[in-house]
Amino acid sequence: MNHIVHNGGLYKRPFNEAFEETPMLVAVLTYVGYGVLTLFGYLRDFMRQWKIEKCQNATEREEQKDFVPLYQDFENFYNRNLYMRIRDSWNRPICSVPGAKVDMMERVSHDYNWTFTYTGRVIKDVINMGSYNYLGFAQKAGTCQEAAAKVLSQYGAGVCSTRQEMGNLDKHEELEKLVATFLGVESAMVYGMGFATNSMNIPALVGKGCLILSDELNHASLVLGARLSGATIRIFKHNNMQSLEKLLKDAIVHGQPRTRRPWKKILILVEGIYSMEGSIVRLPEVIALKKKYKSYLYLDEAHSIGALGPNGRGVVDYFGLSPEDVDVMMGTFTKSFGAAGGYIGGKKELIDYLRTHSHSAVYATSMSPPVVEQIIASMKCIMGEDGTLVLISPVGKARVQQLAENTRYFRRRLKGMGFIIYGNEDSPIVPLMLYMPAKIGAFGREMLKRNIGVVVVGFPATPIIESRARFCLSAAHTKEMLDTALKEVDEVGDLLQLKYSRHRLVPLLDRPFDETTYEETED
Amino acid sequence: MDIKSMKNYVYWLYCQFELITCSYLMEPWEKILFYTFNISMLLMVLYTAYIFVPVHLSMAFQFFLHLFGNEQENTVSIVK
Repeated sequence: MNHIVHNGGLYKRPFNEAFEETPMLVAVLTYVGYGVLTLFGYLRDFMRQWKIEKCQNATEREEQKDFVPLYQDFENFYNRNLYMRIRDSWNRPICSVPGAKVDMMERVSHDYNWTFTYTGRVIKDVINMGSYNYLGFAQKAGTCQEAAAKVLSQYGAGVCSTRQEMGNLDKHEELEKLVATFLGVESAMVYGMGFATNSMNIPALVGKGCLILSDELNHASLVLGARLSGATIRIFKHNNMQSLEKLLKDAIVHGQPRTRRPWKKILILVEGIYSMEGSIVRLPEVIALKKKYKSYLYLDEAHSIGALGPNGRGVVDYFGLSPEDVDVMMGTFTKSFGAAGGYIGGKKELIDYLRTHSHSAVYATSMSPPVVEQIIASMKCIMGEDGTLVLISPVGKARVQQLAENTRYFRRRLKGMGFIIYGNEDSPIVPLMLYMPAKIGAFGREMLKRNIGVVVVGFPATPIIESRARFCLSAAHTKEMLDTALKEVDEVGDLLQLKYSRHRLVPLLDRPFDETTYEETED
Repeated sequence: MDIKSMKNYVYWLYCQFELITCSYLMEPWEKILFYTFNISMLLMVLYTAYIFVPVHLSMAFQFFLHLFGNEQENTVSIVK
């Protein structure tokens, strides 16, 4: 359903995002299910306390029973009594490269998921709908793998030092130049771990006396980095530009809480694609707001780099904007490049500052050489050997287009079948709503029986009634694989009654924003 | 063949009940406890309905007749 955007021509293409409302009956039945499980949870806890049943989870020692209890909060209750029952859908060991198809080790549990034993068999060629393999670079043969093997024999696997000491290889310099060309920025810096890129660099950029405006559904790495920095954090509603503008206005008008001095810096933290919702950030509007209120923008493109845009350059390319408008462009190599690690790109002064002041550069080991070569090889594969002359090579274009086609086809077919699918039409992450706790476990198990591996997500990664199954599409998936997967999803959807959609979409929040729709945050 | 599809349909309904009330996730002894509780509650409700509902219905019926018609057996015979 095309939504008319009232923001005066900022968007060059239609922005179709939809989050269908939870049907009332489904919500009530989900609460019923959770109520029954909670009652049984209390019963089992009672039995464990009175030693009627053997206690297999972690408890305090006898001497510590009088201290503040460690395991009485809701998270631990949920873990003992609900998560344990469906635990076999997670942490499944795989034993091959996680490409379009993957091999999984078969395991059984004889004591209701407290312990697992391997049967020794391997489930071969499971269609992999859970790996973040957007451009299909998770391969065990090909140019990238050969280049990485050659560098492994030349440089070895370990670096044994930090970037600032002895760990700065010429490969890192080469990679950073390539990343800067890829993104269209002046300079870039790479780090060994994607999570650490966020959590170690945000404290280096902002501190006390600064303001961070962070989206409601930001990733744990961004939240951790924001909290570690010591700045004041204010949260705006997910992808809601009116909420963000109100916060910006209040920040500029009122200043810091007690002293009323102006904020030293205002940093807006957003992500390119949100991995649990499949929604894309409204980047043109964020940039317009940033320019109007003179604040800084930190864009985390972990899932969108390589996966969006006609040239695979991420969400900035998707909207046709200039990379100079985004102050700090961060991303990871884990998802689209088949490697590990993260990068930050921006102006030369910013990156030079980060080279000396980032915690990751000082204390964390730098990236391993074969991984660096994998990224260089995959980026050259996308960009063409000579990155300056051609924007995208034929091979890269084929992959990007295959991913876009797969995305559109898969989403359209699933919506046509009647499932509730969240998120933007163009995002390769497809969350399918399950809602009821028993269906989480049932969906994971039934799909594995039919040789398809999916990731199901429940509390605490999502709100408690909105549990979902998350499909991650890849350029490595062929149409036959997608058709097989869709056929099985259709079958399982009929078996478990998952087709909740009534095709009544909630209109996007472009309505006028007034006092009654927003609660004031406490200072 | 109709019996087979009927049986399959009933089994599918039972599966939906199991999924909605989360008894799909319970261990066998928990299932027995849960079903015993549910079935006993259901039987008690049905028994109470069997005892009380006809009495209540007939009393309500007489009340409404008295309110609207007021033509009861004894008065009609006297008028005649």
